[in-house]
Amino acid sequence: MKKYLALLLALAMVFCLVACGQSNEPADDGEAVTITYCNFNSSGGNEETLQKMADAFHEANPNITVEIETIAYDDYFTQMQTRVAGGTAPDCYELNIENFAAYANKGLLAEITGADTSALNETALNAFNVNGKQYGLPESFSNVVLIYNKDLFDKAGVGYPTADWTQDDLQAAAEAIRALGDDIFGIWQPITYNEIFKVVAQYGGSLLNEDKTEFTINTPENIKAVQTLVDRVIDSNVQPNTTQQGGMGDWDMFMSGRLGMIPTGIWAFQTFTENCDFAWDIAVEPGSTQKATHFFSNCVVMNPDTKHPEAVAAWLSWLTGSTESADIRLAAGWDLPALKDMDALSAYLEIDPPANRAAVFESLDYLVMPPVIEDYALMSDIIGQYLAAAADGTMTVEEAMNAAQADCVAQISLG
Amino acid sequence: MKLFKRSRGLGQDGFLKASPFLVPSIIGFSIFYLVPMIISIFISLTDWNGLDRLFADGFMQEHFIGLQNYKDILGSDEFWKVLGNTAEYIALYLPLMLTTSLLGASLLSKKRPGVGAFRVIYYIPVLTSWVAASLIWRSILAPQYGAMNGILEIFGITGPGWLLDEKWAMPAIVLVSVWKDMGFFALILLSGIVGINRSYYEAADLDGASSWKKFIKITLPLLTPAIFYVLIVSLINSFQLFPQIMIMTDGGPNGATQVMVERIYKYGFRYFRMGYASAFSWILFVIIMTCTAIQMRGQKRWVNYDT
Amino acid sequence: MIHKRRLSTVSYYTVAIIIGIMAMIPFAWMVSTSLKARGALMSIPIEWIPEEPTLDSYLKVFSKFPFMKTIGNSLVISITYTVITLISGSMAAFAFAKMRFAKADLLLKIFLATMMIPTQVTIIPLFVVMNKMSLINTYGSVILPSIFRPFAIFLLVQQMRTIPDDFLDAARIDGASNFHVYFKVALPLCAPTLATLAITTFMESWNDYLWPLLMLTDKAKMTLPIALSTLNGQYSTEYNVLMAGALISMVPIVLIYVFAQKYFQNGMMAGGIKG
Repeated sequence: MKKYLALLLALAMVFCLVACGQSNEPADDGEAVTITYCNFNSSGGNEETLQKMADAFHEANPNITVEIETIAYDDYFTQMQTRVAGGTAPDCYELNIENFAAYANKGLLAEITGADTSALNETALNAFNVNGKQYGLPESFSNVVLIYNKDLFDKAGVGYPTADWTQDDLQAAAEAIRALGDDIFGIWQPITYNEIFKVVAQYGGSLLNEDKTEFTINTPENIKAVQTLVDRVIDSNVQPNTTQQGGMGDWDMFMSGRLGMIPTGIWAFQTFTENCDFAWDIAVEPGSTQKATHFFSNCVVMNPDTKHPEAVAAWLSWLTGSTESADIRLAAGWDLPALKDMDALSAYLEIDPPANRAAVFESLDYLVMPPVIEDYALMSDIIGQYLAAAADGTMTVEEAMNAAQADCVAQISLG
Repeated sequence: MKLFKRSRGLGQDGFLKASPFLVPSIIGFSIFYLVPMIISIFISLTDWNGLDRLFADGFMQEHFIGLQNYKDILGSDEFWKVLGNTAEYIALYLPLMLTTSLLGASLLSKKRPGVGAFRVIYYIPVLTSWVAASLIWRSILAPQYGAMNGILEIFGITGPGWLLDEKWAMPAIVLVSVWKDMGFFALILLSGIVGINRSYYEAADLDGASSWKKFIKITLPLLTPAIFYVLIVSLINSFQLFPQIMIMTDGGPNGATQVMVERIYKYGFRYFRMGYASAFSWILFVIIMTCTAIQMRGQKRWVNYDT
Repeated sequence: MIHKRRLSTVSYYTVAIIIGIMAMIPFAWMVSTSLKARGALMSIPIEWIPEEPTLDSYLKVFSKFPFMKTIGNSLVISITYTVITLISGSMAAFAFAKMRFAKADLLLKIFLATMMIPTQVTIIPLFVVMNKMSLINTYGSVILPSIFRPFAIFLLVQQMRTIPDDFLDAARIDGASNFHVYFKVALPLCAPTLATLAITTFMESWNDYLWPLLMLTDKAKMTLPIALSTLNGQYSTEYNVLMAGALISMVPIVLIYVFAQKYFQNGMMAGGIKG
């Protein structure tokens, strides 16, 4: 019986191996090329917009056809990792910043040469430059502004936020609004990794030293920054704690008219416009010793194994930097392109609310990028976990920051 | 240890006679399970990041690190904490799931008007996607505005923070999981109940037995093979608890709902430590194997295959 | 006696209905959400009955992708998958439960052990295997794994163990082959279990998401869950459209479930004959 079993297994193996022998078809060196572009950003409403861009590009470059694959954000990265490891990655694809960091540092991306990057925002461009090599091009951006409820400011008799507000001004306004009622709160700002790398910058701190060789998580500036946020929950209570929030989402709280201010992404505009029955507007986020604002950017990258690097570079630079693609984006109300020259976006400014939409672009003067390191996700999860402990009071801020520093040093080796 | 009692009926068939029945499964097993499993064991001995091309030239020389991953995992506090969380889930989930699905199955096995509708309704949670289910459960379990604490308040109980509370997050996950799985296991048990010979019940009816007595004396003993299946499968599923955690708590608050597969997924696909993740899953495999083997060994004391 | 009966009827329906309501609440919420306009979503307290119900979400789902083609792909895959699972699984189960051969126990243990491996770590190796076999972007990559399903084998072994050997012996004395005994005696006696297995297997295959996503990158081969997932965005999700899509995708499974119910009745009869 053993013999039969062995025989069957052997047969199965042979079957597998025979099938394994088949090689991929040879590269097509003809004039007309087809390249595949994988993305998540158009999922959930903008597939057609992206297809329109690909068509427009094809019209301008008749010998290049771009085939688009759109995969939902939630599973995009699992999918992409499997394809990259399995050797079947598409010619070019989209990455968010944290995955870009891992892919670029592990040498899985091709340097994009011959692309025209002159029109792109330099800070964004630099974020995707590793050791002097441009591995990614910023494709779209979103940033964060301070959104406020005008009606609550009027009721509390405080002046609206301005571009030169500091955290102290914010605190004073938040306290005045908190005094309006038990159920009314001044501000809601997440105490999470993504928020903290920006807030510490407002206090002149940072999570890593400048050349990213050491963690500097528990510096006095950083502790002071986090302490300010935690105090708003625990001490002055201008921000609701978990119980007071009662499982309600932050946007929902704002839309229900119970929050004075919320620093959040510009992607909230649409939802707030539809759901707020009160007046609201935006301002550049307040700083402390300096100003710092969020900038989220996705980038497009090239597979080093692509057979058509020139065609890929042409498509990627057209997609990210051309006015044609920017126009199609804006017409569809999709994410903003990461362009240097914001005049191209004047149509965007005319939409109201928010009336002070220009603050979206003013914020770009102060933007900070998250620190791009290979173990980005691990670092953000470690820091996030200790911040949560500090926020609910199970650890003091200083303890939490010291522990986060120790854990990061122990678990992550910086290049 | 014998997994199953031998059939006495058909004499010694030999593998040759049995093989036509087994060939499809053995081929499928070899290609889709055995080969990937062997590859995965190799990966667990490396520091592969899950991104570099697998088995490119010089892969083993570059990445092979022996049993280091296994040592690291067993020596970490995290592993034992996560194991504890998983154990907590199992200790709460198994008894609750088994009693509710037995109740469900026995309700559904009665020949009463409308039972067909109940059979469909009870199965609806199984069909509901985890995304939809978790969205609604998150709002039901919301501490201040949720329906759950609203109901508890009627009875003068101040409800906990559920998913937001370190102590209550895991029980909340259990609650939602039981809600989702009850229909599935009730269906399995139901197909066991309807397979029971009617004449047993007719005989009991003649003796004037109560329905509770019939359930204890007839249904339960004859249902043991199905119950055994449910226990084994739900234990394996519990160790592999994953989607509900990812969608409802993502391991929080403060790591209270971090479980084995959640860690494996994060190490493999978020932190790019596929070698470590593979070793983690082989440790999990050994744990599940051990628990299942214990259940299998114990089955002859209570599982009844003779109808 | 009559009084007692009425009491048991009341308690039966009370318990059954309470459980039924708990099972249905999230479903009801899905229906209600799918009928809401975008603006009315996620309000607290929950708005159970939409003030201005609309079918927009459903129209959006239908207009979003080639719906019939996608449903067709899903049906072809799930039906083939289920049929192969039932055939291959019941054959193996018959061998394990009703035939004697050396090392049967060991082989079954090995088979069942595969249930215990978290699939998360075998995804990439399996992807590599499929790639080597040039199966990527073929329906085969999604369907072929159905040939070995340990859960199915286990469930059917448990069921076939309860078939009295006398039944099979009777058939064999009449000179029936093993295959005949399997097909004409063992399978009909497992009808309720096969029906259960058909539902659960179909459902798993119908809802399977990650594996088809990895395998079927060609848009024309897309299955329903993959198509529905593209309703999610990075920053926002239109829950009303998502719920409409989820409800539409539940319809075939519910239909199959209702259909398979008949076999439970038949199963009762089969149970009545035996012994």
